[in-house]
Amino acid sequence: MIVYLIRRLMQSTLVVLAMTVILFVGVYAIGDPVEILISPDADQMERERAIAALGLDRPLWLQYLTFLQNALRGDLGRSFVFNEPALTLIMQKMPATLELAFAATFFAILIGLPLGLWAGLRPEARSSRVIMATSILGFSLPSFWVGLMLIMVFAVQLGWLPSTGRGPTAELFGVQWSFLTIDGLRHLILPAINLSLFKVSLVIRLTRAGVRETVLMDYVKFARAKGLSESRVIFVHVLKNIMIPVITVTALEFGSTIAFSVVTESIFAWPGMGKLIIDSIYVLDRPVIVAYLMIIVLMFIMLNFTVDVLYSVLDPRVRLQDQKA
Amino acid sequence: MAPTLEVRGLRTHFFTKAGVLKAVDDVSFSIEKGKVLGLVGESGSGKSVTGFSVLGLVDPPGRVVDGEIIFQGRNLTGLSEEEWRKIRGRDIAMVFQDPMMTLNPVLRIDTQMIETVLAHEKVSEQAARARAREALTQVGIPSPDERLKAYPHQFSGGMRQRVAIAIALLHRPALIIADEPTTALDVTIQGQILYEVQKLCRDTGTSLIWITHDLSVVAGLADEICVMYAGRIVERGPVDAVLDEPLHPYTRGLIGSVPSRNVRGHKLMQIPGMTPSLLNLPPGCAFRTRCPRADDDCLVEPAITEPKPGREVRCYHPHLLDTVA
Ligand SMILES: Nc1ncnc2c1ncn2[C@@H]1O[C@H](COP(=O)(O)OP(=O)(O)O)[C@@H](O)[C@H]1O
Ligand code: SF4
Ligand SMILES: [Mg+2]
Repeated sequence: MIVYLIRRLMQSTLVVLAMTVILFVGVYAIGDPVEILISPDADQMERERAIAALGLDRPLWLQYLTFLQNALRGDLGRSFVFNEPALTLIMQKMPATLELAFAATFFAILIGLPLGLWAGLRPEARSSRVIMATSILGFSLPSFWVGLMLIMVFAVQLGWLPSTGRGPTAELFGVQWSFLTIDGLRHLILPAINLSLFKVSLVIRLTRAGVRETVLMDYVKFARAKGLSESRVIFVHVLKNIMIPVITVTALEFGSTIAFSVVTESIFAWPGMGKLIIDSIYVLDRPVIVAYLMIIVLMFIMLNFTVDVLYSVLDPRVRLQDQKA
Repeated sequence: MAPTLEVRGLRTHFFTKAGVLKAVDDVSFSIEKGKVLGLVGESGSGKSVTGFSVLGLVDPPGRVVDGEIIFQGRNLTGLSEEEWRKIRGRDIAMVFQDPMMTLNPVLRIDTQMIETVLAHEKVSEQAARARAREALTQVGIPSPDERLKAYPHQFSGGMRQRVAIAIALLHRPALIIADEPTTALDVTIQGQILYEVQKLCRDTGTSLIWITHDLSVVAGLADEICVMYAGRIVERGPVDAVLDEPLHPYTRGLIGSVPSRNVRGHKLMQIPGMTPSLLNLPPGCAFRTRCPRADDDCLVEPAITEPKPGREVRCYHPHLLDTVA
């Protein structure tokens, strides 16, 4: 197990390193921040001073090494725009995004699991067909359009729910959260639904496929032959088996949820990382972009790692292999 | 004394898209207390479906369409789902063919045993655990306390089948249906399990239906055998009588294909041809296409006759000693 962990850690480090190169080069290739940041009527002297101050006059590889060295110290550069450390800037916005992503994931499981279970147990029923057809919509409707529709219906026409911002927040563990206040929770609902749309469909389909496969297994029939009640057969014997893929995929999806929250945050003016990155891309605030992408990459890697561990907790068969390794 | 189980005119059909599949078609047999009935036939002849019918566990699109299943004087056909549940595992237990698939991979052995006890009896968890422990000891599993905490994948196939048998024994059922429980195991373990099950049933007065495609297995085990072919019982009688003097051409063929029963130096006989598809059986005797004795009489389905006391056969031209073959 320890050997396995060390190997995983080394692999992850290599991936991160490779990502820094790609990121750095990729972002460097996008436009020239000097054009945007320095007023067009500044003279040559001023321009050169600004370029030197930003470190943009040095060769690319030197810029990269400096970047890497600083990154190791947790310094991903200062925002050209806010003149604040990029990392601090992103960290300030991170709780809002995490809150949104967690709410969306929670919602996806809350809605997706029962619907998928229903559709899996009664594949022929009309209600199941409706569920499955709707889940296709969840996959294919563009997120921004659904977001606009949600605002139109629930915020503008019915006036039930607010559609912009986080609302009032309350502090927990030194961080501000919306879900701790009633009004904040109301602000959270529409963006969370919008962001969870794809995931609800995913959970429905995964659950349904899992149920349909599992109910045919001998151990389910054996469970019935033992005289167990139908609810015990479904909620213990079947559900426990399908939770493995559902939880794995949902956890893996968490990274993309955060990445895709860019769209939702923009529509609902949710002050998270996604909104920050869009603003930063407009003004080519390079350090912020790089820092954001680095954090996303790190998050994906950590998620993968967590999922592997989680998987072995859920599935006893994997646990044994770990002991052997 | 009334038999433990009496099945009369059982018909179990699968209503598939391709047509009605008559998996069990007019099957009758009975089994006395403490006796062993061997149910023999080629793969696909309807043995498992017969067993599941007796437990009320036929999978859709299958359904028991006709017949009576009289268990301890009570007709089970038409019972409610809850009434069936109370019988399963408590009065009639079943052991499945593939021990690798019968136990739920994500639940510990103790969970799977204790839930079986609690499904039928209101006892404390400790009492249920003690029962589970006792049952494991009964089937010859060493250090049961430790094994109770294990997961199925930590057991060998033979051990898993012992666990399944222990589960079947938990409520000391009046009848155990063992569906080819040793087919998936290697020969030595097969012998051990065969011996132990026989002994346990004898000790507890449990009746046993032993399903197999292998005549040599039931030879030393059963009191009576039923030979099934294409969903019907074609021959039924005391085991020694049937093996010594098979009346039905199919039974003869089966005996001829068992290696140990052949005199050394003689070629093994194989029944020519293949089991017909149950979906569209030709009219008349289902064995007609493979039968050396078939003639025009056989174009009409033969009825069950009793050419000798205690011997039943479904054939126009049974192999009676006084007829010249
Ligand atoms: N769930 C099912 N759906 C359709 N046909 C089935 C189903 N289960 C069994 N059958 C059919 O019933 C027939 C008898 O099967 P079975 O009782 O399993 O045979 P065996 O004698 O090998 O145990 C086979 O032709 C099989 O295809
Ligand atoms: S009825 Fe005819 S075809 Fe069928 S087994 Fe007897 S002799 Fe053969
Ligand atoms: Mg079978």
